[in-house]
Amino acid sequence: MAEGERRDRFTTLSGIPVNRLYTPDDLAGTDARTDLGGPGDYPYTRGIHGTMYRGRLWTMRQFAGFGSPEDTNRRFHYLLEHGQTGLSVAFDMPTLMGYDADHPRALGEVGREGVAVSSLADMAVLLRGLPLDRITTSMTINAPANILLAMYVVAAEEAGFPRPALGGTTQTDMLKEFIAQKEWIVPPRPSMRLIQDMLVFGTREVPRWNVISISGYHIREAGATAPQELAFTLADGIAYVQAGIDAGLDVDAFAPRLSFFFDCHVDFFEEIAKFRAARRLWARIMRDRFGAKDPRSWRLRFHTQTAGVSLTAQQPMNNVVRTALQALAAVLGGTQSLHTNSMDETYALPTEDAARLALRTQQIIAYETGVTETADPLGGSYFVESLTNTMEAAAAGYIARIDDLGGMVRAIELGYPQREIAEASYAYQQQLERREKVVVGVNEFVTPEERPIPILRIDPQVERRQIERLRDVRAKRDARAVAQTLAALRSATEGDENTMDRIVECVRAHATLGEICDVFRAVYGEYREPAII
Amino acid sequence: MSSPRIRIVVAKPGLDGHDRGAKVVARALRDAGFEVIYTGLHQTPEMIVNAAIQEDADAIGLSILSGAHMTLFPRVMELLRERGADDIVVFGGGIIPEEDIAALKASGISEIFTPGASLETIVGWVREHVRPRGVAA
Repeated sequence: MAEGERRDRFTTLSGIPVNRLYTPDDLAGTDARTDLGGPGDYPYTRGIHGTMYRGRLWTMRQFAGFGSPEDTNRRFHYLLEHGQTGLSVAFDMPTLMGYDADHPRALGEVGREGVAVSSLADMAVLLRGLPLDRITTSMTINAPANILLAMYVVAAEEAGFPRPALGGTTQTDMLKEFIAQKEWIVPPRPSMRLIQDMLVFGTREVPRWNVISISGYHIREAGATAPQELAFTLADGIAYVQAGIDAGLDVDAFAPRLSFFFDCHVDFFEEIAKFRAARRLWARIMRDRFGAKDPRSWRLRFHTQTAGVSLTAQQPMNNVVRTALQALAAVLGGTQSLHTNSMDETYALPTEDAARLALRTQQIIAYETGVTETADPLGGSYFVESLTNTMEAAAAGYIARIDDLGGMVRAIELGYPQREIAEASYAYQQQLERREKVVVGVNEFVTPEERPIPILRIDPQVERRQIERLRDVRAKRDARAVAQTLAALRSATEGDENTMDRIVECVRAHATLGEICDVFRAVYGEYREPAII
Repeated sequence: MSSPRIRIVVAKPGLDGHDRGAKVVARALRDAGFEVIYTGLHQTPEMIVNAAIQEDADAIGLSILSGAHMTLFPRVMELLRERGADDIVVFGGGIIPEEDIAALKASGISEIFTPGASLETIVGWVREHVRPRGVAA
């Protein structure tokens, strides 16, 4: 142990060694012009906009969804009234897995962890009264993203908003589902084909829509380190860009609409370095690897969510502080939009009060702290620049390994990222047990007696009401049109025709989510994961 | 003389894919010397009970973060009783509000671990409460 120091070794949360001091010597190989550039300049290490938050603040986008479409629609109106600037929809587990609310596997799950949407009728209620031409809507949906996008487009059209007026995001990142989040329907390769169809449809029909939000969040929450989160996310991005090119699209026709979604964990500088390294890596990947010419293709735009996994059930008020610090790191890292978690989320979905406090946290950072007044305020810090370099090199190493394995789809089939994450999460848990890492209120500074906090309860009647609406939809629709459109989708799926237009027809005929997914299950089979521990 | 190894099925009922906790606990139990069978994700109560009976398990560890625990955990107990296998010790964990725990225990779940529970606590509990079936605890 060095004299006068608390430990013999200092590391980041991800285990990257941290020195006592950083000096210009640590940046000997860094060229301020080519490695940093100015904000808004290639390779965007310092941010994607010249003015950064002086021009426009980040979008405050709180993820919400629970119970029935009516419940969630009310929460959206509430959040917009309180100054939120974009919507973000959480769906329940049956919807994420492509099951209707009345499927036997949906028992007990309807509306629990998000909103239940089984049909166009549900989507119409969810979007009721919302100014869809003025807000953007992010939908956290992956395996059935094609169907939810079709439902959104049709519901919006029926409410008078044409396709070019619609802005928003579907997550559509199946690779990270296979790696970490694990809500899937069909295996990886057919999943990639359905995504290709969405890319082509989105580029042609809904030009303001971000078809894919390439997500590291779930990878990190599943236990990955920061460099793994960064590397696996960008490797997923590489696979999607290649898929778009393979579908016949010009890279610059769709790459500007790819966006990213990262976690912001509790190690302050490590996270900032991760965001800065992400921009630099992606800019170089897009320009040098894929030959993109449009600077918009080089810019990594990202949404951030604070780390759900860092929240503790013990002393839950402490979570407000954790979330504030994480949100600050995301802002100093240059995020384009942000979700702050609520303090009660280790118990249940947030109450209205907890959700408002989380939004207020962002507003305090935005309007009171002054960190928004200059671009990349930590740029040039010897430590932050050095950590950015380390993060970039570590991620590049993983990306090279994945390239060697034959790309991310192959790496997933081999179980490579899944195993890396399982190892990292177990190693971290052991560090906690040995108290090498301290979590306040959990393994140190424990309070024996705790006062319970109020939590949100989901009305058990939601399941019954959703099933009733679904039965009503099935009773009133034209059964022949449903059968015809589903048959047309099946033949498109079996052949080479783009499936998206066919899905839109199915949705318009009031075919349900589950019925449409059954077409894909029938053609491709269902994915089963080899259980790795 | 070594006693028979205790067999534990670690299972993820419900549709959520949050398997970090289940996998970490499964590994810790394995490292502690138990024989662990991990079912993988998205298991129905029927699948879990079948697996436990086929594997001749002494205990089942359930992990769920989807909010469906009040439906799915009691269902596992009901099926075990129907199959005459309710001497299998069932414990669980996940995002489970404090006020649900009493009802889950009343349904026959022996213990519920909530976020922040240490591996040491879980392993220690299993050592104390799980015995090979047919052997008096």
